[in-house]
Amino acid sequence: MGATVITITSGKGGVGKTTATANLSAALAMKGKKVVAIDADIGLRNLDVVMGLENRIVYDLVNVVEGSCRLRQALIKDKRIENLYMIPAAQSRDKSAIRPQDMIDVCDQLRPEFDFILIDSPAGIEQGFRNAIAPADRICIITTPEVSAVRDADRVVGLIEAEGKGPASLILNRLRPRMIQRGDMLDTADVLDVLAIDLLGIVPEDDAIIVSTNRGIPVVMENTSRAAQAFCNIAARLLGEDVPLMELEEPSPSWLSKITKLVSRH
Amino acid sequence: MNLLNQLFGGQRPTSREIAKSRLQLVLVHDRVDLSPQKMQLLKDELINTISKYVEIDVEGMQVNLTQNGRQCRLTADIPILSARPKR
Repeated sequence: MGATVITITSGKGGVGKTTATANLSAALAMKGKKVVAIDADIGLRNLDVVMGLENRIVYDLVNVVEGSCRLRQALIKDKRIENLYMIPAAQSRDKSAIRPQDMIDVCDQLRPEFDFILIDSPAGIEQGFRNAIAPADRICIITTPEVSAVRDADRVVGLIEAEGKGPASLILNRLRPRMIQRGDMLDTADVLDVLAIDLLGIVPEDDAIIVSTNRGIPVVMENTSRAAQAFCNIAARLLGEDVPLMELEEPSPSWLSKITKLVSRH
Repeated sequence: MNLLNQLFGGQRPTSREIAKSRLQLVLVHDRVDLSPQKMQLLKDELINTISKYVEIDVEGMQVNLTQNGRQCRLTADIPILSARPKR
């Protein structure tokens, strides 16, 4: 058996790959699974700071691949949660330091010891992305409800299908219920309609994410914010649990919208 | 604004609707790697080829890329004026 390898990718940068990787890894570990999160963004590493493990780095993924340390030496154990580990990316190298086969080899070594291996992919569709998806058993594409992010996500869906790695599933991040309600943001149905892939989960925009990144504590570890709940739901779905989609908050209708409703009835 | 729109019948599309239709258009071209320029060439060649056999209404001709799920489809709707008489 061994671990399931899940790669989190997006095409566009800044849509939440690293935040999702950190939180889903932590949420799965909190559910009792043994998890390792791998930062595949060589040269632009960030999973370490988002998880709050930046002070513990001695060896990195490139050291492992080049044989200058053993795999076990690059594994950083998270002391807050049982069974959570992280392998950092190298910061002073570039994507060409690693080939897809290296990622497959590293994951094959880790598989017997873990339940889940989560890979944080770099943005883009070049070698770093190819490295990140090479060992994947399943791929999650994360996007925000913006034209540019959805377009890039679609490109990635196409590439994943062409590689025979599909079907990918979607995490729709940073939804803003009020903007959706007033017709100024694509909603879940719109994005699914356009991308035509399975939905794994939705995550509302939440200030708690920025606070948690400031502190280096993934939201799922310490609070009951909406985003934390959303990531826990997604982790449960990865474990095969049937969790209903999160209800986005319904702000109380203003008097103006009440009148509008009355008028539009006639 | 909504109320005013309703009262005075001004149904401007929301930015969400605009975003969705722009996305659908750009994605269908991305997916098959056909730019609007190439589409025009394709349309011109279609006109030339079909005109060899029948007389068509070029003005009323519609050539579109549409999508159904992740399946893209090229549809051509070409009104025929009359069958060209055989020589």
